[in-house]
Amino acid sequence: MSDNKKSNKNEWPLWEVFVRSKNGLEHRHFGSLHATDTEMALKNARDVYTRRMEGVSIWVVESKNIHASKPEKNAEFFEPAEDKIYRHPTFYELPDGVKNM
Amino acid sequence: MSEQEIKDLEKIFEERIANDEKIEPKDWMPEKYRQMNIRQISQHAHSEIVGMLPEGNWITRAPSLLRKVTLLAKVQDEAGHGLYLYSAAETLGISRDEMYKQMLTGKAKYSSIFNYPTLTWADIGAIGWLVDGAAIVNQVSLTHTSYGPYARGMVRICKEESFHQRQGYQIMYILANGTKEQREMAQDALNRFWWPALMMFGPRDADSTHTDQSMKWKIKIKTNDTLRQMFVDQVVPQADILGLTIPDPDLKYNEETGHYDFGEIDWEEFWQVVKGHGICNKDRLEAKNKAWNEGEWVRNAAVAYGEKQKEKQVKKAS
Repeated sequence: MSDNKKSNKNEWPLWEVFVRSKNGLEHRHFGSLHATDTEMALKNARDVYTRRMEGVSIWVVESKNIHASKPEKNAEFFEPAEDKIYRHPTFYELPDGVKNM
Repeated sequence: MSEQEIKDLEKIFEERIANDEKIEPKDWMPEKYRQMNIRQISQHAHSEIVGMLPEGNWITRAPSLLRKVTLLAKVQDEAGHGLYLYSAAETLGISRDEMYKQMLTGKAKYSSIFNYPTLTWADIGAIGWLVDGAAIVNQVSLTHTSYGPYARGMVRICKEESFHQRQGYQIMYILANGTKEQREMAQDALNRFWWPALMMFGPRDADSTHTDQSMKWKIKIKTNDTLRQMFVDQVVPQADILGLTIPDPDLKYNEETGHYDFGEIDWEEFWQVVKGHGICNKDRLEAKNKAWNEGEWVRNAAVAYGEKQKEKQVKKAS
């Protein structure tokens, strides 16, 4: 994904490609490409990212529609989870002899 | 940002590199790290794209239908590899068009190997075996590069390269076991591509201007000379199986080091080709410029069509 400020007007828009490699698995980000409309984006994604049967389903979304958290704000952004060790099973000590828990 | 703030960020960045953490597009990075990555990744991308030309030369003249579809698939892969790499470089804030223009104007380099002509069918074999073989050695090492999108692109590319090398080696094997003329053709291709393949790893470490910083930031993982030696060690036994002779009288297994010693590369030739005076430099750039210029109306038509599609969707929705 790119924060492309220098892109010129005639350049085809950038799209992000997500591929489900087989049913039962989630779509995963595979990469990006340029295309002028959704149909071209899907076909280009097929040709660029699934030439060897790497996928059974493709999502494309224009990169400008993706909003991302900011790495430089990670400390405060992810802070709420930081001190909640009681959310992890290892926080709870079990008496000896307890199995399968 | 104040100088102190930048210093702090640099310190965090260096620590992350030292811990083998990957750097991702939105992370803070020194401007020089960004520029070095743009330079290396875009050159790599240009090499994939220009690399389609010498092989494309033989698509219509491949000796069988199987060889033709194989070569088509390989050339299509090279286009795909170029696209993965351009996308990776774009995440660093440079546009596709800008990179592409740097290639078209000759400002950006691509691998010198593609400035050598493909004169016979055996050259297609030699390219798959040696050129893709050298590229694999380099690219496997780069799967550990510190910039996340580049490393992921390399993983994808490496998965696909193995087919390229094997199909080339098979072409060589069949020719080397064929008629006298075919054997000679295979030997001739090896003679012409051997030294340029060794040059693909770039100048000697002592003469490489970018190596130190690049290694420090783990953009490059192994030095040019290390990778070149790995390649020679891999390929020499493969040439033996073909029964072909590597055109280097100084090539010899060194019992002490466990590596093959090899002769001196013609660095004068290397620099001449880098500077644009190789056999095909001019042809390659002309072909790419011609394709770009003649394709302009297609690109514009696609933009116009895309806009129309959008308008239609808006109308439908309202």
